[in-house]
Amino acid sequence: MFNVDHRDPKKIMTLSRLGSFHQSKLSFLRSFIREFKNWKFKRNLFDLNDGGYGLVVYSVNKNERTYSLICFANELKSDERSDRVIATKWDAAFVLHDGVPTKSDLDRLRQNVPKQEVGRVSYKELTLSRANKSVRIFDHVVQRLAKGMQPDIKLINDVGYLYRTTAVYGSGKFGLADRYRIKDRPEICGPFRLEMMLVYLVRQFTFDQVNHIAKCKNPQEAVELSHDIARNLGIGNSTGLGMAPFIVNHPTLLHNWIFSREEALKQIRQIENVSLKDFEFFKSCLNRSKKNINSWITESTYQNKKIEQLKQDLEKLENDLFSKLDTKQRHLWNTIYNWVELNLSDEGVEYIVSMMMEPYDSIIEPLVAKMSSEEDQYFDIPGEKKVSELLSIVENHYSKFLDINFDTKKSVTNFWFISKNKEEPRIANRYEEGGSDLEQPLAIARDIAKLHKKLKSSNQSNTVAKFLLLNQDVRHVVRRCFIVENFPYSEIQDNTIDENLVPIDMLRLKLSFFGAQKFDPRSDKWLRISMYQGAPLIHELNSSNDTWMYNLI
Amino acid sequence: MRTSSEIETVSKRASRAAGFSWGVSEEIGKCIKSLELYQISGLENLNDYLKKIKNIRPKGPLEIEHKNSLKEGNFCPIYTGVALMDASSRIMKLKTLSIQSVDFPILLIPFLNKISYKIGKMIEVKFDDIEILLNLNNYISSNTDLRQKILKYTKQLSINVIENRDTFDASVWDSLYELSTETFVEESDSYHHY
Repeated sequence: MFNVDHRDPKKIMTLSRLGSFHQSKLSFLRSFIREFKNWKFKRNLFDLNDGGYGLVVYSVNKNERTYSLICFANELKSDERSDRVIATKWDAAFVLHDGVPTKSDLDRLRQNVPKQEVGRVSYKELTLSRANKSVRIFDHVVQRLAKGMQPDIKLINDVGYLYRTTAVYGSGKFGLADRYRIKDRPEICGPFRLEMMLVYLVRQFTFDQVNHIAKCKNPQEAVELSHDIARNLGIGNSTGLGMAPFIVNHPTLLHNWIFSREEALKQIRQIENVSLKDFEFFKSCLNRSKKNINSWITESTYQNKKIEQLKQDLEKLENDLFSKLDTKQRHLWNTIYNWVELNLSDEGVEYIVSMMMEPYDSIIEPLVAKMSSEEDQYFDIPGEKKVSELLSIVENHYSKFLDINFDTKKSVTNFWFISKNKEEPRIANRYEEGGSDLEQPLAIARDIAKLHKKLKSSNQSNTVAKFLLLNQDVRHVVRRCFIVENFPYSEIQDNTIDENLVPIDMLRLKLSFFGAQKFDPRSDKWLRISMYQGAPLIHELNSSNDTWMYNLI
Repeated sequence: MRTSSEIETVSKRASRAAGFSWGVSEEIGKCIKSLELYQISGLENLNDYLKKIKNIRPKGPLEIEHKNSLKEGNFCPIYTGVALMDASSRIMKLKTLSIQSVDFPILLIPFLNKISYKIGKMIEVKFDDIEILLNLNNYISSNTDLRQKILKYTKQLSINVIENRDTFDASVWDSLYELSTETFVEESDSYHHY
């Protein structure tokens, strides 16, 4: 049988490659829509004043299960609006409630949700978020609708959303339900599914709010936002470094995400006879997706270079390869992949890998169900193993780290810490800022190198338990070694404190799995993205197909 | 109400701030979360213990033996728990252990509970007048109500690995087995396929 190996983790898990990942059929936005397309969506309460401020409740229901999004829209002065973490007020605050909220729940939440991190929610709440208007587009849309006109399409395309969220919290934060309370519900077995639900419902709120304000401004002439334009709008998101350590702190989860992608690619490359229908579908998705690339606007030189490279890659693919392909040839996908890997940039390779998944529901769907992780199961260290076995794991899986000279300043320039102000992860230069003595355990490459040194000078026949009795300072990386042994895609194969680290590569990896598009780095430490742009509207969900993100106008 | 996730994170960070390594602090976070899920005062015991060791260097065992004692000072429940857990296979061999002078022994319970799971046997723990039975990290039973219990020190703690054994005698088994056979059907020769 024709067998293709999974791609080498040492190649795929580098930050430059991970920072070139794109959304795919595996992405959480898309799997959320597939899972919830047959649920009933309802607007239960709509109590906004003429200015669009007040309370709105939406519910999502199937059989005995109901989830409700509660939206608090607040009046905000323009000088109070900020996407930065130090903000204490937002245009709107949201919470996803488990079930239908009672009046007393709403009263409780009204006191707490708008305060976000300094408020307190309960185990009855599942996710928490806030968002600010994109004032430029929001006001434009309201004015136009109030005059009976649709907004300017170019402006809509340039921005892509009416609101952008600045954080979406879940899993036990600020009193939210712990994951173990809800993890066995089949509809939310995919990672971040409740966060995806919140964002999808927030998008609907932004449409309802803008229509409402326009109608109140001019009841006689106002029109509703056209469905085509609304569909073209997503939800923006400003994301900072808070997200980066997540992928280091959740190794088995990271593995399951990447492995699903790698397994999908392997199975697709092994297909012997590719049907003309599937190949044409791939080409059609690729062709339609170009609108997304052409409307990907950023001021970031770093990102613009990557976008330009991607455009050139796709052109090269069409000009140099497509004409030579024939679905009669065996293992067509493998031929394409091998050519792509040889001739395109990281950005182009990963784009094509995502596109190759498009025709294959039957391969992707079973993998989506495996993208969560019961992390506690892999937490314990097998102390009975020998030092020699641990040394061998280090040398096999982390060889790249062992070549780095950590005695140079360049290799240890940065350190990760938790900000006292916001209790969120941040990065700083250890030679310019204080606090490196409170460094977080995220310098895996450096600590693995330290472990290696200690292991080399230890008695090889000792047990790991005995080794640890005198070496608890490296315990956190010993644990990781036994994880990476079984989960080879669990570790970033780069030095996360190097002088040249580009933290947004870590953000992009995670956001690509969310299904985000149009990465717009605002610095090397934070970026803006768009989610759900092109997604079906609530009333269209039932009849929607899975390639909605290629439907931009 | 504080969530399990918050309890784990705060316990981990506080332990790190008190001088434990990150790897050990991660273990502490998991263990305190586990105690609190059993409604045992993990957080309060930890808080008091971390205050106690503010200016001293806590000590753990350097070997795991039948009898474990220090020449000076008391055993740290965290270092002791971590060392025992790493040496689960040795605990299985030793079967009975005693540890002299342990600070905040309640903090040792979740580590021993994990050992019970790892070796697949129940573990009995005794200190002062408290007897605790740990069953495969699934439940904790005790002769004393451990809720709200803060115990600063015990002179001696004993650990006993209990061999798997029946809780019933053979006649009870025979009786129930006999009843279960009433779900069987008599096989005739025509059913033989071999």
